[in-house]
Amino acid sequence: MIDKTCRWERLDRYFTDGQTVMIGGFGVPGTPFLLIDALLNSGAGGLTLVKNEANEDHMGISKLIEAGRARKLITSHLGLNATVIGMMNRGEIEVAFYPQGILAEKIRAGGAGLIGILTDIGIDTILKTEKQIIEVHGHPAIVEPALRGDVSLIHAAVADTMGNLIYEKSARNFNPLMATAASRVIAEAERVVPAGELDPDHIHTPAAFVDHVVPISRLTEEYGVLAHHVV
Amino acid sequence: MSYKEKIARRAAAEIAPGQVVNLGIGIPTIIPRFIAPDFPVIVQSENGILGMGLPTARGLEDRNLIDAGGSYVSTLPGASFFDSALSFALIRGGRLDIAFLGALEVSETGDLANWIIPGKYAPGIGGGMELAQKARRVVVTTTHTTRDGRPKILRACTLPLTAKACVHTIITELAVMAVTPSGLVLRELAEKIDVEEVLEKTGAPLTVPTGTPPVF
Repeated sequence: MIDKTCRWERLDRYFTDGQTVMIGGFGVPGTPFLLIDALLNSGAGGLTLVKNEANEDHMGISKLIEAGRARKLITSHLGLNATVIGMMNRGEIEVAFYPQGILAEKIRAGGAGLIGILTDIGIDTILKTEKQIIEVHGHPAIVEPALRGDVSLIHAAVADTMGNLIYEKSARNFNPLMATAASRVIAEAERVVPAGELDPDHIHTPAAFVDHVVPISRLTEEYGVLAHHVV
Repeated sequence: MSYKEKIARRAAAEIAPGQVVNLGIGIPTIIPRFIAPDFPVIVQSENGILGMGLPTARGLEDRNLIDAGGSYVSTLPGASFFDSALSFALIRGGRLDIAFLGALEVSETGDLANWIIPGKYAPGIGGGMELAQKARRVVVTTTHTTRDGRPKILRACTLPLTAKACVHTIITELAVMAVTPSGLVLRELAEKIDVEEVLEKTGAPLTVPTGTPPVF
């Protein structure tokens, strides 16, 4: 039986300077905080990070950015992270913004072995500057190249030892897309069960996309409810 | 009732039974307070939720269940979860009936600017461009003027656009206005507001139909 479970201590070898790293999550749900800590502790720098947002100040990938480990951030929105916005404005990190669903499609295309996508989103805005525009069916379309990573860091609610993954509620977001779009896919899981225990009809990410499954023994405080978002 | 609540209450009346709607950040997030509990509507959230309910009661927050603004939310019977690509397939593919969005500026032709003030405010794009460009209807909920009293509704936007000719209806604390092929048309007046005040605070020609406008 294939067993992709991996000890936390072994992760170091998979991180090197200059990698492009995709990180799942939309806010706290689905952010692999412990894998981000492992990347931080590996000492790897000059990274290009791909994530929907940069988490909030001093959390998740914001810790990598604040520690100067990221050269570039490919993202959608930083509205809840004044620290990273400040660093961007001071030129301490290069930031590339994409419309959220276009970022998702660039990653999906990367994972699906496509070269890119065609879209009219932003066609009448400053977004189209420096983009390749082609005409399709008589209408202008922006060419958006596909996006792939060297490594993807994924958070799953449940994994089996073969690497099948199930996400929970709004923690799914970018995780299943990024889990298809990197040379090495590392998933942390809150619960790891023996292969064969999960209903094949309920799998969100099939095992073939996943290289390593790292069991979480205890969720840290970062995974919890954020007091300042409680109404 | 605050001016934001007045705008949100009026915005809620735009929803027809059975519609799929998305609520942007700011004033739109309080629209659900003004939707009757038994009114059939499906609220979508960009982070992968259909069938979102009210904010979660204190103490019952689920760490895995937030809306796109980060607030803890509940789900209603019939809800579903999905990934970010599918979430925007729904938006761009024409299955979203109404997007309620905030505005920095709106033009008389329905151009919307709400994502960047170059050199001052540039947090990114988020889902706004896709919502503005592809929702079947875009309803803007906004204050009529900026904090320093300048009109937000203009002949042409001065800020970089979110999307061109996308806005159908503008709801402010003063009035409801429709964007039509012949320009802006006053549809309703807020309680205790007169037409002169609306005209004075609007930076674009506004057609006032004859007769007394309905009051909201």
